[in-house]
Amino acid sequence: MATTTTEIEADIHAHDDHNHGPEPGLMRWVKTTNHKDIGYLYMWFAFSMLLIGGAMAMVIRLELLMPGLQYVEPQFFNQMTTMHGLIMVFGAIMPAFVGLANIMIPPMIGGPDMALPRMNNWSFWILPFAGAMLLSTMFMEGGGPAFGWTFYAPLSTTFAPDSTDFFIFAIHMLGFSSIMGAINIIATVMNLRASGMKLMDMPLFVWTWFITAFLLIAAMPVLAGAVTMMLTDRNFGTSFFDAAGGGDPVMFQHIFWFFGHPEVYIMILPAFGIVSQIIPTFARKPLFGYSSMVYATASIAILSFVVWAHHMFLTGMPVAGQMYFMYATILISVPTGVKVFNWVTTMWRGSMSFEIPMMWAVAFVILFTIGGLSGLMLGIVPADIQYHDTYFVVAHFHYVLVTGALFSIIAGVFYWLPKWCGNMFNEKLATIHFWWAVISVNVLFFPMHFLGLAGMPRRIPDYSLQFADFNWIASIGGFAFGLSFILLAYIVVDCIRNGKPVKEARVWESAKGLEWTLPTPAPYHTFTEEPPRELILKESSHSAH
Amino acid sequence: MLNNRFFSTLFKILTLSLLAVPGLAFAEYGLNLPEGVTPISRDIYGLHMTIFWVCVGIAVLVFGVMIYSMINHRKSKGAVASNFHESTTIELVWTIVPLLILIIIAVPATRVLIDLEDTSKADMTVKITGYQWKWQYEYIDAEGEGINFFSNLAQKSRDGIKNAAIRSSDENYLQDVDKRLVLPVDTRVRFLMTSNDVIHSWWIRDFGVKQDANPGFINDAWAYIEKEGVYRGKCTELCGKDHGFMPIVVEVVSKAAYAKWVADEKAAAAAAAASGDREWSMDELMTQGAKVYSTNCAACHGVTGAGVPGAFPAMTGSPIVVDADKIPAHIDIIINGKSGTAMQAFGKQLSDSDIAAVVTYERNAFGNNTGEIVQPAEIKSAR
Ligand code: HEM
Ligand SMILES: [Cu+2]
Repeated sequence: MATTTTEIEADIHAHDDHNHGPEPGLMRWVKTTNHKDIGYLYMWFAFSMLLIGGAMAMVIRLELLMPGLQYVEPQFFNQMTTMHGLIMVFGAIMPAFVGLANIMIPPMIGGPDMALPRMNNWSFWILPFAGAMLLSTMFMEGGGPAFGWTFYAPLSTTFAPDSTDFFIFAIHMLGFSSIMGAINIIATVMNLRASGMKLMDMPLFVWTWFITAFLLIAAMPVLAGAVTMMLTDRNFGTSFFDAAGGGDPVMFQHIFWFFGHPEVYIMILPAFGIVSQIIPTFARKPLFGYSSMVYATASIAILSFVVWAHHMFLTGMPVAGQMYFMYATILISVPTGVKVFNWVTTMWRGSMSFEIPMMWAVAFVILFTIGGLSGLMLGIVPADIQYHDTYFVVAHFHYVLVTGALFSIIAGVFYWLPKWCGNMFNEKLATIHFWWAVISVNVLFFPMHFLGLAGMPRRIPDYSLQFADFNWIASIGGFAFGLSFILLAYIVVDCIRNGKPVKEARVWESAKGLEWTLPTPAPYHTFTEEPPRELILKESSHSAH
Repeated sequence: MLNNRFFSTLFKILTLSLLAVPGLAFAEYGLNLPEGVTPISRDIYGLHMTIFWVCVGIAVLVFGVMIYSMINHRKSKGAVASNFHESTTIELVWTIVPLLILIIIAVPATRVLIDLEDTSKADMTVKITGYQWKWQYEYIDAEGEGINFFSNLAQKSRDGIKNAAIRSSDENYLQDVDKRLVLPVDTRVRFLMTSNDVIHSWWIRDFGVKQDANPGFINDAWAYIEKEGVYRGKCTELCGKDHGFMPIVVEVVSKAAYAKWVADEKAAAAAAAASGDREWSMDELMTQGAKVYSTNCAACHGVTGAGVPGAFPAMTGSPIVVDADKIPAHIDIIINGKSGTAMQAFGKQLSDSDIAAVVTYERNAFGNNTGEIVQPAEIKSAR
């Protein structure tokens, strides 16, 4: 708490009109409307969910270590895959990105705080309750949801356990929280941006989040619609998804994926933003093609609403539909590829150094590209006949989500953590952690490509003998990758408690951006005076100055 | 197939060096899709390899530039950052070139797609219905017309799930069934897929056929199988608890062998119908009932009849199973199922004698010991 007191004092001296620091005690975190406090809450929540979801993944990998059922029953196994997916998507990745937005957007745009601080508090505090409700379903009679994170009807309606109604309620609450977070980000970027900062001066992280926020507002209500239709099918005698009553189970999939595909971009666009901040810093060179990056992000966002049925090629779509969705999917992979080319060109003829955040960013670029390439393969309809619902798809989306989205979050945390807490992390340990995680994650997910091609379906608790070796390898990699998060937690806590204090405002000597003009550790209140345009231009990480 | 051999050797070396663990059998890896045995599966394989090599090409290019740059453009090597950060030409090139490459791939992909979706001109049609957790096959035209049976996970595989000794002696663990789908070679077969409950998906990789089976709707697919043999596949759409335990086995035989099989099937069906007309002894019913119970009922109600609390009711001591006046209700729930639950209507799936046997079995096994016997004739009149 020592730093906090000095912080308060500094605050008082600096500007007498703004003399309140954080409230002492635990109530600070309950009542806070401060963007950084709320951001840290989001990050800790996301990390706890990551550990819970990760523990479920360990159960999955343990059961799949060898053929036969050794540890859990199939119904429980299905609960594990379902909950793992839901918790990771809605509890870990999305809140972590919202947390980073909360902490970093005001300092990056020269603003004082988020535009709607009370709503900000609410949108966070819904989350622990929604998460707890979701988890509590596992202790209800009949067990928790066991129909996959995509909850296809009628497995999730007529054939689902009673706890499904609680699952629906939890999804609604998570959706509320996301929408409020998104509105807040849009309002902040529109209204609290320093008046000297034009839209095309905004750092890419702000841009990608700004666009993501619109995706969230458009996509989450669709998900809410889907679960509400489930609710009425289950309880009020409607038959949206029941053929016997004139409905159609495939319609569920159309609605789900109309949300679901934008959702996967919700989980990757902010990642693009983070990496676009980190690479120029350590390449000591402005981001290549800033404006085309902005346009590529916007076009990905728009296109993401018109490719949804590439998840449904085998549901019996008309052939014209398959063709259209194949072409659209191919089209969306082009702007995605362009981003990768931009990062590589940013590195080209730079003056690179490989501090921890840069190592994670490089790992992101390489491994995300592998996931993008397998995505390209999945988009070719005839080939997808062989890939669909096998481990090949599992490999694809873990490359884009774990080594993509999650790695970018880790990169961002290492990049900004010294600014947040005023201490440097243990770089030796962080290097060990990096190699440990990067090697184990590939041992975990790369063999899944082969398992898929060899014919192993996804979401099965037990498999025939020809899949034994690769599953064994993947499980060993999985356990090692799981352990790496304990080390990560240690590194972060150790940094906050006993890290070496950093005095420079610009933690990384070559970093540019308004956030690096604030003192380290970042003051409780961000910009209380608007930064002038000259400063904004000087700090632009994408134009030469 | 140079590509393949190169690919698999490389990976074998990689994995072997990764894992010097003794005791693991590195026999068959299955690193890539097989070409399969139908024209479609071969076309798919071709597309798969093309797009794979395109991806490898892109990866080599991108990672090559990146690695070169990471080695040479380092601060520690005295590299001085240049300042270029915009070039419309470069950006246009790297947008348009990939787009052209992808369009070039899309052309053959479209051709294969149109071909595989054209299910007309079939020589015979088989209707496939997914159930939790088994498949039903109905031959609806041509010489096999009228043949209709269920295909369950083989008992040996079922026994192996929790028994390592049985498992390790079962080379087809979890990919064997009690009754195979039999098809003639060199015949254009049309498959109709549907489901009785949730969504399933029928997949035989060697045929290049994977198609969702949706309840209330019918999808189709086709295959022209050019090689006799036994082909194995799995359900690939999560369909509930035993999704992992509903394999598919197709035996492709010569046309002559197929004709013989059809004749045998029809004779067996006639014999089964006749067996429903005689009186069965308690022993006969119990033996048959145990078999029927283990393939059809045990998945939910448990091998010991204990059920799964909250999800699937127990058989032991359940009023409908032990109360003498509830025999008609007991028969009814088996024939007609209970709508809105996982309890299916078994009336269409099981013969009179099978239902009589399983009712008798349930009333006398699991400590129920009611001593009551139900005969096939009672089932017939209850239908
Ligand atoms: C180059 C861009 C990409 C393309 C062309 C692509 C294509 C596809 C296709 C066609 C599928 C369906 C496969 C199947 O079920 O048979 C798929 C699945 C998936 N993709 Fe991608 N993808 C791309 C990038 C991404 C990104 C960036 C993410 C997320 C960060 C992502 C997340 C997912 C997920 C989560 C699934 C599986 C969902 C499920 O069935 O559970 N993909 N992708
Ligand atoms: Cu998608």
